[in-house]
Amino acid sequence: MSSNLEVEPGAASESVLVTTDSFDNFDHMSSSLEEIKNLNALAENDSNVENSNVENFDEISENLSINNEEDDFVQSKEWACKNKHVFVLSMAGKPIYSRYGNEDKLAWLFGVMQTLVSFVQSNEDTIRSIHAGDTKFVFLIKKPLILVAVSRTQESVNQLCSQLNYVFNQIASVLTLTRLNKIYEQRQNYDLRRLLAGVERLIDHLLDFSEKEPSFTLGAVQCLSLASSVRDNISSAIVGACSKIKNLVFAILLANNKLITLVRMKKYCLHPADLHLIFNLVQASESLKTAESWTPLCLPRFDASGFLYGHVSYLAEDCQACLLLLTVERDVFFALSEAKQRIVEKLRRSNCLEAINESLSAKEETCIVAGFPELRHYLYKCKSTAQFYQPSLTPPYTKYNERLTKLYKRAHNLLHCSTRPLKLLFEKNSDEAILAWDTRGFELYVVFEPLIDTNSAINSVGRLLNWIKKREEKLFHLNAPTF
Amino acid sequence: MKTIVGKVVVLGHQGVGKTSTVIRYVENSFSQHITPTVGASFFSCKLLIDDITVKLQIWDTAGQERFKAMAPMFYRNANAALIVFDITLRQSFESMQGWVFELKQNVDNPMVLCVVGNKSDLAKNRQVNRDEAIQYAKSIGATYHECSAMHDQGVGLVFDDVARGLIRLLGNSSDHNLKVYDSENIDNIMANSSELEATDTGKEETVNLSINSIAHGNTVKKCC
Ligand SMILES: Nc1nc2c(ncn2[C@@H]2O[C@H](COP(=O)(O)OP(=O)(O)OP(=O)(O)O)[C@@H](O)[C@H]2O)c(=O)[nH]1
Ligand SMILES: [Mg+2]
Repeated sequence: MSSNLEVEPGAASESVLVTTDSFDNFDHMSSSLEEIKNLNALAENDSNVENSNVENFDEISENLSINNEEDDFVQSKEWACKNKHVFVLSMAGKPIYSRYGNEDKLAWLFGVMQTLVSFVQSNEDTIRSIHAGDTKFVFLIKKPLILVAVSRTQESVNQLCSQLNYVFNQIASVLTLTRLNKIYEQRQNYDLRRLLAGVERLIDHLLDFSEKEPSFTLGAVQCLSLASSVRDNISSAIVGACSKIKNLVFAILLANNKLITLVRMKKYCLHPADLHLIFNLVQASESLKTAESWTPLCLPRFDASGFLYGHVSYLAEDCQACLLLLTVERDVFFALSEAKQRIVEKLRRSNCLEAINESLSAKEETCIVAGFPELRHYLYKCKSTAQFYQPSLTPPYTKYNERLTKLYKRAHNLLHCSTRPLKLLFEKNSDEAILAWDTRGFELYVVFEPLIDTNSAINSVGRLLNWIKKREEKLFHLNAPTF
Repeated sequence: MKTIVGKVVVLGHQGVGKTSTVIRYVENSFSQHITPTVGASFFSCKLLIDDITVKLQIWDTAGQERFKAMAPMFYRNANAALIVFDITLRQSFESMQGWVFELKQNVDNPMVLCVVGNKSDLAKNRQVNRDEAIQYAKSIGATYHECSAMHDQGVGLVFDDVARGLIRLLGNSSDHNLKVYDSENIDNIMANSSELEATDTGKEETVNLSINSIAHGNTVKKCC
């Protein structure tokens, strides 16, 4: 099978996002913050005052009142039957997070997990997964933490591992990796939960999010469909308003889980995994809608060692797109607040707010409307830009979204498994047919009506790629604007 | 006619209702489903007291432990601090005392202090005695108010009190850093925000906290 396209849809000469495949490691971790600051090294000699109130390593001896309800829950069938448990513990075996149930009630379990990990490590080996019946135990050891998934979903070990990685990144994102390491260097037995108070919410949300959203499986981001002239206008409004502000690293505008635009400092790119954490934060924090906020934020793939500061606000009452202005300066809130006002004024004058609202309320076309009645749904990912596109859901998947997610995850795994990855997959069963195709430039997953034959499927795919190509300017963020 | 611009920082344990109280005052609304504050949020509002316009620039900080290191950024230049606790949670009363201690240690310029016991609608679950709270407030030179952001009881009085406190501060002390304008048009003042900014950042630099130290108490080193 071949497509007659010269360049795959959605490809661009320069990408707004980092497009390395590796999602797992900080191996290539940049220390971008250092670089940016050094660039502007006005030789501000900071005497690094250790603020003693800040780092108080004394644990709270909060006597957690033993609550019988909680006891019952972790011993209940309901708890045991959860599809996927996720646990986080320290190398010393201290509980940090449990997706379901109170960690304190599960001390025994954390003990077992820690013992397993250290037993295998004592043999200079690393435990990765254990398979028992239809249950997978997946371990991710990211010093100083251990992350464990116990899953009865059909997700592969790699996919589970990637979710655990996200959980780790979420923790690094609120503390920075440097601080996390430092804490455990000073006290192996530290109870991290005090510092992570409130972060459980973010992790819970992230796990739900990563189970549902194809963006996580694909390692890509979906853009809000906009005429390219509108997107360019928005980008230049941002560039114009921010050009005089030094050390602004990223400006990100998003709405409804989709990227509208991303403007970046020359030389620096954003990794989709970092962008996913930002989407998660915005989605999980309704309170951001009430006022302008100012928050430290570590983007672990960008630089796990330090914080960026973010001015976060929604554009307007009548336009619910969220703007994040991320800088390395900690005291420029008011400058950014003014810049935001200028951006909004410009967007209003050029009718861009309206265009954003229109696109938000008009859903993406369904396959039928787009002229592909034999197609039910698809995911198209352009590899070189780490962006993907999907049409709106239609029945039966509006009701059985989970089934669709499962189909995609399974196909994705067959294309990416480490042993024998497929390039092309076509499967039929009584409910549907799925075609998955991995090429150099793109990945495509298409779900068809069950009765389709191979030839028509291939035919459709060719037409579909042309359809996407024709609309690529609207469906993808092809320019990579910089400040 | 005079206009005073005062900066107010709102501090207190997570979940005591800081954001709810501010939103009740500024927007007269309340939501059960409000999520924890991320970093800090900025609000502004104005009050008319006698014939003085008092404009409040409010920094509503997050109570979560991980944001604690950020607080100095907001209280260093503040003219008033609202320190909020939840009357149904003893622990929040105690952690409030930690905040007061920190303020006394780190802030030199005079400041209006206001202790607020929120969630008075849940008085039947009270864990902090009213007299004890009044006593405590007195001992640190603060006023004490109980309020319910949920039932809109007593919230107005809190901010009224802050505004009056700022006016008194203006009259009584010389080393306040309140901004005073002899203008009626508050919008002009807002438009002139570069001035606000200069003060905001100017002061900040003297305390010598860089992104590194504010963020995690030491220098950023490359790891791995
Ligand atoms: N019963 C009652 N509940 C309240 C009141 N004020 C706030 N709450 C509830 O308390 C919870 C926390 O309120 P927030 O306003 O978010 O508290 P906060 O102090 O801003 O919390 P952080 O931002 O995390 O520091 C929410 O569920 C509110 O609905 C009140 O006066 N009475
Ligand atoms: Mg709050």
